[in-house]
Amino acid sequence: MSVDTATVSKIARLARLKVDDDKLDHLAGELSAILDWVEALSEVDTDGAPPMTSAVETRLHLRADAVSDGDKAEDVLKNAPDVQYGFYAVPKVIE
Amino acid sequence: MRELLDLTLAEARDRLHGRELSAAELTEAYVGAMEAARPLNAFITETADKAAEMAAAADKRLAAGEGAAMTGIPIAVKDLFCTVGIQTTAGSHILEGFVPTYGSTVTNNLFGDGAVMLGKANLDEFAMGSSTEHSYFGPGINPWRAEGSDADLVPGGSSGGSAAAVAAHAALGAIGTDTGGSIRQPASLCGIVGLKPTYGRCSRWGVVAFASSLDHPGPFGRTVRDAAILLGSMAGYDPKDSTSVDRPVHDYEAALTGSVKGMRIGVPKEYRTEGMPAEIEALWQQGIAWLKDAGAEVVDVSLPHTKHALAAYYIVAPAEASSNLARYDGVRYGLRVAGEDGGLTEMYEATRAAGFGDEVKRRVLIGTYVLSAGYYDAYYLKAQKVRTLIARDFENAFETVDALLTPTAPNDAFPLGDKLDDPLAMYFNDVFTVPADLAGVPAISVPAGLSGKGLPLGLQVVGKPFDEETVFKIADVIEQAADFTARPKEWWA
Repeated sequence: MSVDTATVSKIARLARLKVDDDKLDHLAGELSAILDWVEALSEVDTDGAPPMTSAVETRLHLRADAVSDGDKAEDVLKNAPDVQYGFYAVPKVIE
Repeated sequence: MRELLDLTLAEARDRLHGRELSAAELTEAYVGAMEAARPLNAFITETADKAAEMAAAADKRLAAGEGAAMTGIPIAVKDLFCTVGIQTTAGSHILEGFVPTYGSTVTNNLFGDGAVMLGKANLDEFAMGSSTEHSYFGPGINPWRAEGSDADLVPGGSSGGSAAAVAAHAALGAIGTDTGGSIRQPASLCGIVGLKPTYGRCSRWGVVAFASSLDHPGPFGRTVRDAAILLGSMAGYDPKDSTSVDRPVHDYEAALTGSVKGMRIGVPKEYRTEGMPAEIEALWQQGIAWLKDAGAEVVDVSLPHTKHALAAYYIVAPAEASSNLARYDGVRYGLRVAGEDGGLTEMYEATRAAGFGDEVKRRVLIGTYVLSAGYYDAYYLKAQKVRTLIARDFENAFETVDALLTPTAPNDAFPLGDKLDDPLAMYFNDVFTVPADLAGVPAISVPAGLSGKGLPLGLQVVGKPFDEETVFKIADVIEQAADFTARPKEWWA
């Protein structure tokens, strides 16, 4: 097993994903099976191969550094679960 | 009505432009077919009223002699493309009720040309899956059934709703996205044509992101010509997507010359995997024979890193997904679930736990793990290096051949639930399609025959970057040789 339940707990916390304690064992098994399988990559000789940064060769376009869009506060907030005074509202963070 | 549903997209276009058929009539026929096909669960949201409006506008345009190729053509849109004023869910509970205030560039291009939207098609949640069973809105069903059986089969995935709708004649064409095979594999399992163009050929702007360096929007059609017409409308440079390529969009339909004489087609020996079913091997040999008969030269080529493609994919794709899906936090759109203690972090965790399905959670966790401190080099960086080697394999092969021929999928359509409890078995469905995603090269699936169970099987043609024309040209020749006229029985009607 490449990951144990403590590791699953830790990465779930990093991913902001609540995982019930009784699911940790099962998840550790599933994730380990996947990670053990991708482990095969360590055998590949990648000396001299740079990590891919782009699938096809492209050159980025330059554009003028000017405002091209905006004034859409209503659109931006339209799907928010809670909006107050023209802002996204979230549970209280500071007492 | 019935007869209208049997027209190809190209035939319908010609009749619309010749004013022998109105967009309103055609759309009405397809809305009826879409509603009759509800047992397939191909659509998450039907937009019949919107379709009628769009058809009326198309008719005005056609009457004024201002029609484009797609004007008045009713299509299904994978529910991953943002559409103004129409719910866009990505197949996820976390986006249920999300109504975009902007549309994707690809749908804007199609609607700008006058295409008619029938509805938003079902998919695996966030396009993660190969069976459309990982949809919050219930599994998609394949219109095909095995001979002598009435068991439901999967349509493939993730664009399974799009493929099923086209195969059931409940849409004249459709659009989907392909990250690891999500257009080509369902096309193969549903007996239709599906193309993944070169990376960057179709803009990703306004498409709900799964793995940004691998996501490719592309078309589905019942014929190669239909897919070519769709791509012509979808493709093009988009300043809003920095990975969009600024190259001329070709007349893909003009590429269908019916001749592959003198072309060199490579057969990659590494795709002959252990345990490949005899009927898949036989179909592949048949495809080779068709191309030889048509005057092409078929040669063996080697893509030595093929066997590592799937593992590299299952590092890169989850890594990018975990990053992309970080935006679903219950603040800006979609679901919000309050945490037990009323705090912010607990709200994030509770929202994401309730909003994401099991497969999405698995991939977010894998992605978070491979990107976490101490593991980044061993997993993510290593996988991106392997990806370079896979792309080099294709480059080397394309120095001596014009295109490659392989099977699309290692099997025909399988029963619902068959691979649901075994993520790795599900992942292996993409073994032949993933390499082209990693390398960004164009690839098509074209229906070529039936399995022993009477289910469709596709052949895949892979081409050089930006050379969709050659891919279409070869697929067209295979389509003619295969003369695939089989159709699913309409058990749902």
